[in-house]
Amino acid sequence: MSTDTVIYVDNNSTTRVAPEVVEAMLPYLNTWYGNPSSPHAFGEVSRKAVEKARGQVAALLGALPEEIIFTGCGTESDNAAILSALENDVKRRKIVTTAVEHPAILSLCKVLQQRGYHIDYVPVDTKGRLNLEHFRQIVSEETAIVSVMWANNESGNLYPVQEIAEIAHAKGALFHTDAVQAVGKIPVNLKDGRIDFLSMSGHKLHAPKGVGVLYRRKGVKFNQFVIGGHQEHGLRAGTENVPGIVGLGRAAELAEQFLYEEQTKVRALRDHLEARLLALCPDPLVNGDPEHRLPNTANISFKYIEGESILMLINQFGICASSGSACTSGSLEPSHVLRAMSVPQIAIHGSIRFSLCRYNTRQEIDTIIEKLPPVIKRLREISPYGR
Amino acid sequence: MHIYLDHNATTRPDPAVVAEMLPCLGEIFGNPSSAHTFGQEARRVADLARQRVAAFLGAHTDEIVFTSGGSEACNQLLHGLARPGRHIVVSGIEHPAVLAPCAALEACGVRITRVAADASGVVHPEAVAAALTPETGLVSVMLVNNDTGVIQPVAEIAKLAHARGVPVHTDAVQAAGKIPVDVRALGVDFLTLSAHKFNGPKGVGALYIRGGRELPPLIRGGGQENRRRAGTENLPGIAGFGKACELAAVRLNGEKTEERKNGRINTGNGGSVDAGNAGTETGELRNYLETKIVELFPDAVVNGAAAERVSNTSLISFPGVNAQALALNLDLAGVAISTGSACSSSSRDPSHVLLAMGRTPQQALEAVRFSVGPGNTAAEIEHALQLLAAAVPRLRKVG
Repeated sequence: MSTDTVIYVDNNSTTRVAPEVVEAMLPYLNTWYGNPSSPHAFGEVSRKAVEKARGQVAALLGALPEEIIFTGCGTESDNAAILSALENDVKRRKIVTTAVEHPAILSLCKVLQQRGYHIDYVPVDTKGRLNLEHFRQIVSEETAIVSVMWANNESGNLYPVQEIAEIAHAKGALFHTDAVQAVGKIPVNLKDGRIDFLSMSGHKLHAPKGVGVLYRRKGVKFNQFVIGGHQEHGLRAGTENVPGIVGLGRAAELAEQFLYEEQTKVRALRDHLEARLLALCPDPLVNGDPEHRLPNTANISFKYIEGESILMLINQFGICASSGSACTSGSLEPSHVLRAMSVPQIAIHGSIRFSLCRYNTRQEIDTIIEKLPPVIKRLREISPYGR
Repeated sequence: MHIYLDHNATTRPDPAVVAEMLPCLGEIFGNPSSAHTFGQEARRVADLARQRVAAFLGAHTDEIVFTSGGSEACNQLLHGLARPGRHIVVSGIEHPAVLAPCAALEACGVRITRVAADASGVVHPEAVAAALTPETGLVSVMLVNNDTGVIQPVAEIAKLAHARGVPVHTDAVQAAGKIPVDVRALGVDFLTLSAHKFNGPKGVGALYIRGGRELPPLIRGGGQENRRRAGTENLPGIAGFGKACELAAVRLNGEKTEERKNGRINTGNGGSVDAGNAGTETGELRNYLETKIVELFPDAVVNGAAAERVSNTSLISFPGVNAQALALNLDLAGVAISTGSACSSSSRDPSHVLLAMGRTPQQALEAVRFSVGPGNTAAEIEHALQLLAAAVPRLRKVG
């Protein structure tokens, strides 16, 4: 399938690698292939490239370079942060997180629960919002770490992570945020905040797959997750994915450059898409909190029909969107995020997530607006559940 | 002039490998977990790569788990099989990716036995068998040592361990691309690979898990890799890895291209190419280098020479010469060599491999590693020899 014929609005799942990023990577695939750990001059070229990327990522996050640890993916970063917190304070055996986290947190918590840890899942309301009061009540001196995502991958909801970090710290707990969906879409500044750990993933911001970051605030104790060689200043073993890291550094630079566009152009396209679909389709339901949402995400439920059927039919027009997060789609279970939001049964199976990026055009969005409503109409006509 | 003789540290991605990766950095950027066409196209790329890696190892596709590299794979294996009170037998010459997790597990109540190698760098199957206890839950011995290049008798070790009901892992990171690696012939239950050691990209590796064996994930989250490794797949890396396996299989089958026949020397010096090795030209260059070094410096010791080695590696001790100073001298002249595993060479400790072979710390600090690769030429080896001829006597005087 050629990208010319594709309208890709599934950017919360993964993104196209920016051409500038590929350009930055190629010399480190073709010419400067040294091992950053090799003390010779050839290895030093790679070492410097990794350190440059570390600086670029740090700049995007308002962090210090030494606070940036390169990992294999966002999921690894999430796992590493939680496990490190538990290992470093063995007396605290409780974790506070939310019902709408990514499987990278929830799957780990499920296993930790089996090992005797206590996990509290803070609920959300029907708009997917968290209530700070819940955290004040639940976080205690027994809490090792509080983990709350910065932005939700399905609804696009933004959460008050700095405030929740304060609540965690008041009880001596650490705070981690999975910012995989936030970084590159909204400003993320860790400079004055109290966030201890933050995870990000390259492929969600136009860098390649296979590289992630764990931010660890200076002074916070960290137990290495992948153990072995001395890479990443002794914090993450394994030969560095140099081209991937260089790509992520460049992508971070570009993200900073395009942050304004994300808030303006991308937001306008999303708003246009959502407004038109709401007007043209029969009783739709927006899943999420329009007041506090990523500028690129629209999650809409179309009642009485199956999201998978919608996807299959619009796929014929080259439109790639998603129903539920990519990591769990494939199963017919309704999304845990929408369930946590108590989306009504008639609507939960018919949700479609559109997630835009700076490469989307007005023309593409207008094509979706043209093609989707007739599909919804047709599916409702044949739906056994209603009209 | 730039001469790279450090191929055990990392290798150049083959142009065909980069070509295989490029579509995944361009048009095929979908998430293999996505149901739409775009995601399914990405899924097919990952499937093809998995077939190639499986074929390379003589394994089934469902026995291959892609990871971020060899270290992650070793960590998954050790963490997955360790239990407090359980016993694990490893060799003392393993890579830090095995030894460091073992040390961490030891602190959690796992008993670890480290079996030493003999003076030629071989871990003896009987020594491994003697270390087994009723509590032993795993034996892990690398297939090829990164420093010496010595091939370990993993098949025999596996036989003896299996006779006692103990599963076996081999870290084959330094073997892949240098000698045939067949999981059935080796009889191992687990095996780890890293793409960048044989002309694949950095950032991707694999863990072979024999069908029927259970191993929990190290990284938990989404259902990727058949629920054995969460995290969005490194698609460009995986594609490149698959291609590297295909290319290595061709190379190991002895199919020579014109390019590789040109510009080579016929050593004719009687240096035998190691049995079972396919890298003939690489072996000729390595053997020529070794022969000349021993001619120039009769007291130089080729570590592991008495054992069966891969054809590209030469770990040579120059008595009275500080290895780091020698490596630095060559580096300044544009020749990249190593004083041992790149992963530990930021520390100034003597090689744990040489110590496990019974060398003194002093001797271990006198060894440099040459690891040649398919891209090296005879002229490059000659140049390196000239530099050595000048540097070694000078450094001896300094010493």
